[in-house]
Amino acid sequence: MIFSTYFILAILAIIIYSIFEKGLRSISWEMLTQIPQGGYYYGKGGGILNAILGSLALASGATVLAFIIGLPVALYLNVFLIRHKKVVDVIRFLLDLVWGIPSIVYGAFGFSLMIFFGLQTSLLAGILTVTLFILPIMIRSMDEILRTVPIGLQEAAYSLGSNKSEIAFKIFTRQSISGIITAVLLSFGRGIGDAAAVLFTAGYTDHLPNGLLEPVATLPLSIFFQLSSPVPEVQNRAYASALVLTLIILIVSLFSRGIGKRYHKTKINF
Amino acid sequence: MYLLNREQRHAVNYTWMIISLLLVAFLPFLLFIGLYFKSFLLIHDYSLADLIFSKTWKPARGQFGFYPFIVGSVWVTLLAMLITAPVCLLTAIYVTQYTKKTFLRIMHPAIDILAGIPSVVYGLWGILVVVPFISRYLGPWMGVKTMGYSILAASFVLSIMIIPFVLNILIEIFRAIPMELKEATLSLGATQWQTIKHVLAKKALPGIIAAFGFGLARAFGETMAVLMVVGNVVRLPKSVFDPGYTLPALIANNYGEMLSIPKYDSALMFAALLLLAVSLFFNLVMHFFIVRYNKY
Amino acid sequence: MDHKPKIEIRNLNVFTGKTQILRDINIDIPKNKITVILGPSGCGKTTLLKCLNRLTDLYPELKVTGKIMIDNYNILAAKEDIYKLRQQMGLLSQRPYPLPMTIYNNIAYALKLRGIKSRRETHKLVMHYLQQANLWDEIRNRLREPASRLSIGQQQRLCLARGLAVNPEIILADEPTSALDPISSQFIEETFIKLKSEYTIVLVTHVLRQAKRIADNVVFMYLGDVVEQGTVEEVFENPKMEKTKLYLGGTFN
Repeated sequence: MIFSTYFILAILAIIIYSIFEKGLRSISWEMLTQIPQGGYYYGKGGGILNAILGSLALASGATVLAFIIGLPVALYLNVFLIRHKKVVDVIRFLLDLVWGIPSIVYGAFGFSLMIFFGLQTSLLAGILTVTLFILPIMIRSMDEILRTVPIGLQEAAYSLGSNKSEIAFKIFTRQSISGIITAVLLSFGRGIGDAAAVLFTAGYTDHLPNGLLEPVATLPLSIFFQLSSPVPEVQNRAYASALVLTLIILIVSLFSRGIGKRYHKTKINF
Repeated sequence: MYLLNREQRHAVNYTWMIISLLLVAFLPFLLFIGLYFKSFLLIHDYSLADLIFSKTWKPARGQFGFYPFIVGSVWVTLLAMLITAPVCLLTAIYVTQYTKKTFLRIMHPAIDILAGIPSVVYGLWGILVVVPFISRYLGPWMGVKTMGYSILAASFVLSIMIIPFVLNILIEIFRAIPMELKEATLSLGATQWQTIKHVLAKKALPGIIAAFGFGLARAFGETMAVLMVVGNVVRLPKSVFDPGYTLPALIANNYGEMLSIPKYDSALMFAALLLLAVSLFFNLVMHFFIVRYNKY
Repeated sequence: MDHKPKIEIRNLNVFTGKTQILRDINIDIPKNKITVILGPSGCGKTTLLKCLNRLTDLYPELKVTGKIMIDNYNILAAKEDIYKLRQQMGLLSQRPYPLPMTIYNNIAYALKLRGIKSRRETHKLVMHYLQQANLWDEIRNRLREPASRLSIGQQQRLCLARGLAVNPEIILADEPTSALDPISSQFIEETFIKLKSEYTIVLVTHVLRQAKRIADNVVFMYLGDVVEQGTVEEVFENPKMEKTKLYLGGTFN
């Protein structure tokens, strides 16, 4: 038993070490601030700025969209449907089902939709697909937090004559704000790291897109393509890119814990 | 929004909620119908049994046998679970029963970090560390010549990927067991291990099975990391050291050629449909399992 | 003098599933008086209170039948606009539930619900209600702090001020001092006595002494039934029912 526990910690250490070690060796300022020049994948100059910005843009767009759709659903479940326990159970069940669907299925579906609407591979298509993918994750995390709001607080708010909208958007959100932020950042982390959903839908390019309808580069795919290069130096750059991606996600996740604590002040502890 | 009065704001909010809710509620159905629609051409021309059990995959000749990929996926997933299950179970027990609370506080961030590492990075690590290990050390030690890109590599990487997922669930389950139950058993004179083996494990059993089930479902659909280390060779693997090919890898690798060969795109969509069906099926089964056994 | 009761409860029955929590309740609650609903734990007093402002709507398993007339309006029958209805009553729960906002905003929120938009008016009224609840002096310099930082006694007074801020006619209180220390409890009790000239107060408690201290009228309940009701002198000094006598003698506690 002890072995298994330390085994996990050891593997974690190995992974982090190997990625950092190889990655740090090949990383350079040039890599972070330039887009690939011609022949980048065969050893010429440039960097992964296209992928960094692309991933950030795509993941942010998807997170925002998923938040706009997801928060009202989570609030609806916990505030408006409080009398209808069976309906809530059904919806939560559907959410659970969707939560487990692999990202490549979303990718394939997104691709079909793209063809159906005549869209090219683009930032927009990527955003829409990743939104669908992270939507269940976001709703579920927010739902978990909203469920902890005690009914006494709802009663107090109702007694003042609040209507359900106000209770949802003014009271529940404020009480759960740290949890909501965590859910958003968690979803962002999942969205930015996923390759399968963007594989067919966002395309790839060495440039920065000029609009939503142009293809965009993403970090996971950038890593993948650099790795496929026959030139060892480019392969090393892949490790550096992996380092960048992992760091972004780690920072976001640390941030989510930190911000959670900051907004704690108006939360009432029951 | 501030120009509207209370009733109007309520109406706007309400509409927004309902639209979002409908979108989310219909999502699984939309996915299913969409993919089914796209794979229709394929299903129309070949019988389901043919597609699933036939072993030849030559799309250019119109032969679409998914069997090798299904088998590949099954092997990789089962093997990964074989590694993950005992590791997670033992770790969960150790961390919740034998150590002080502070240890758990170290474990949590560690698990979270593992969970946050994206799929490609795991794949990268697989290529960097696992594949050479298998081809240079493990293979020869077992007397097998292998490139390293194999079912085994994929299983190992996959197992690490789902450890945080399964472990979190298991830790929650074990933490939810009330102290009183433990105390009551211990005061009967049982040792700690006996308590765990006979009492706690039984109480947690439905949850444990569910956790494994979810892990399985998650592993089955994993794309990138597996793709990078499994070898991507279309054949039925005879040993774990052979390369293989999984369903998600099939879709990911070939989407570029999708539109050039007739019915290829339907085939890939069908593969996606299969994945969707397996994942939904698993989730359904696990859900009902939990509901049934939660009477305790 | 208006002798018609402010609240008339007629044939109220509340079920949860097959169990009946309240049985054929008939009570008159007079205006501008403190009516105490007394009884041991589990006799349904809290449920009764929740019926009065229809918080029972939040619990799908509760079924409520009967009539509750407030100023000739049966609130149990009303389908819409119960938000406005609830503003006629202020609720003080057993455990204080301050809203997750600053102290100032807790009251300001209630005022906004009432329709008060001007900032000056809000300022004035926040001070007024905090004074009414005996809280102003302690927190006048801390208005912009989160309400969660107050002590429990202060939080409860804040909730009282907030409840008053919607300008209700009736105050419902569910064992409002049971979680508080004696000094805070005393504050709340004194405040109620002061308030009764402007409001009708319904207070639920299981503490006999509290009832004796502040009640004008008493309704004694046991296991879902109203056993006896009358003025505080009538019930405490001349209880008519056997159960009442036993309870007052300390047997059911």
